[in-house]
Amino acid sequence: MNEHTSKQFDADMEAIRTAVLNMGGLVEQQLLRAINALKSGDDEAAHDVLADEGRINSMQVEIDQLCSQIISKRQPAAIDLRMIMTFIKTVTDLERIGDEAKKIAAKAQQVRAGVTAGQLHELTWVSETARQMVQKALDALARLDLKAAAEVLREDEKVDTEFVSIVRQMASYMMEDPRTISACIEIVLIAKAIERIGDHAKNICEYVVHVVKGRDVRHASLAEIQQEISKG
Amino acid sequence: MDESNASAPKIKIHNLCFYYGNYQALKPMDFEIPENRVTAFIGPSGCGKSTLLRTFNRMYELYPNQRATGEILMDGQNVLNPRQDLNMLRAKVGMVFQKPTPFPMSIFDNIAFGIKLYESLSRRELEERVEWALRKAALWDEVKDKLNQSGTSLSGGQQQRLCIARAIAVKPEVLLLDEPASALDPISTARIEELIHELKEDYTIAIVTHNMQQAARVSDYTAYIYLGELIEFGRTDEIFIKPKRKETEDYITGRFG
Repeated sequence: MNEHTSKQFDADMEAIRTAVLNMGGLVEQQLLRAINALKSGDDEAAHDVLADEGRINSMQVEIDQLCSQIISKRQPAAIDLRMIMTFIKTVTDLERIGDEAKKIAAKAQQVRAGVTAGQLHELTWVSETARQMVQKALDALARLDLKAAAEVLREDEKVDTEFVSIVRQMASYMMEDPRTISACIEIVLIAKAIERIGDHAKNICEYVVHVVKGRDVRHASLAEIQQEISKG
Repeated sequence: MDESNASAPKIKIHNLCFYYGNYQALKPMDFEIPENRVTAFIGPSGCGKSTLLRTFNRMYELYPNQRATGEILMDGQNVLNPRQDLNMLRAKVGMVFQKPTPFPMSIFDNIAFGIKLYESLSRRELEERVEWALRKAALWDEVKDKLNQSGTSLSGGQQQRLCIARAIAVKPEVLLLDEPASALDPISTARIEELIHELKEDYTIAIVTHNMQQAARVSDYTAYIYLGELIEFGRTDEIFIKPKRKETEDYITGRFG
């Protein structure tokens, strides 16, 4: 992409982009901490997640403000407009991923006490998949990389399937032995949080497709999106 | 904008070229201007957008050594045909310029002057037509008590609306606006834009503007012209969100030169 005639416009856009990616980095770190809390019962990690939540929230507010300013000053059009819309929507998704990470971290200890090693392994595996999706979604955004975006969209289907399977499994445990109900509910809630994280990563990738292709693919099927991506 | 009731073409441009002496200012162009819609021409200075606008009423013929080739079909008739009656053409295709150009006469006569050239109306009919034109141009309330004052006594924005009233008083079919708001303050500009929006009910409007946001706001279709070439023509909503050509995207996002 060529530079703007106005160098200040480029600088302003770059500042927002950097801020969004920094926020993404922090959210990713939060997620990693939550997974560690789940894996090893790392109490400090859970504590750090709660401590950094405020930073994420204020980054969201700050980026929204920068976007409002650039819209009012520059009246961006075409790719600039699509990019700014994407920044605004991405920070909302990032903030929610942060919220989900917080939920996971807050329940980690409780869940660890009530699950089998196999269940724990399954949960950490799917949460690791979701974390990688977030990482890849941010890469796709940073480089406007449609290939990476498409991979995330495919992985989201895996996470969704895994979520359904965990819920089914928990339902059968609960029917067999009502004493497991409260532990199973916690597991389902964590699985739901992970599934939501995958959805947010997917959203970010759909915005990337919109930036590059100019088509809003938010409610399109995976096959339709892949077709759009492969179009020249 | 109005895709649901797609409009028939009012003007069909076919293989249009334009020359200033030996210099070719417009390369062969083909596109259609839809009826009762606003079509905006954008592009950097000197790209040929005003030249293009001036071919539609053959305004260029006021100057020597300027000529257009190809076809401009208005309701099926080629306006470039040498047998075309220029007075009739210019009554059908009204024009408003960048700088307001009121005649040095009263507000009333500014409007009545053109009408009298084409029609013989009774005094009462003439008064009614002048009022109608001034109302259409959203100027009536501001000038109804001073119709005998000079047109040049009005503010810039009022003068421009007076010129629009003058252009529509002869009931044209097409209105050509060449940077109609570039010399006006923001409030007058907003009035003119509002007026354009209302006028497209009755007229086909072509507007040249340097203000990209203005093109985005007022037009249904946008043509991007560069170095005398039509780079892209399409629905304004598409051009300003996702243009097809990279050259267009660079221009409208300010990545030019």
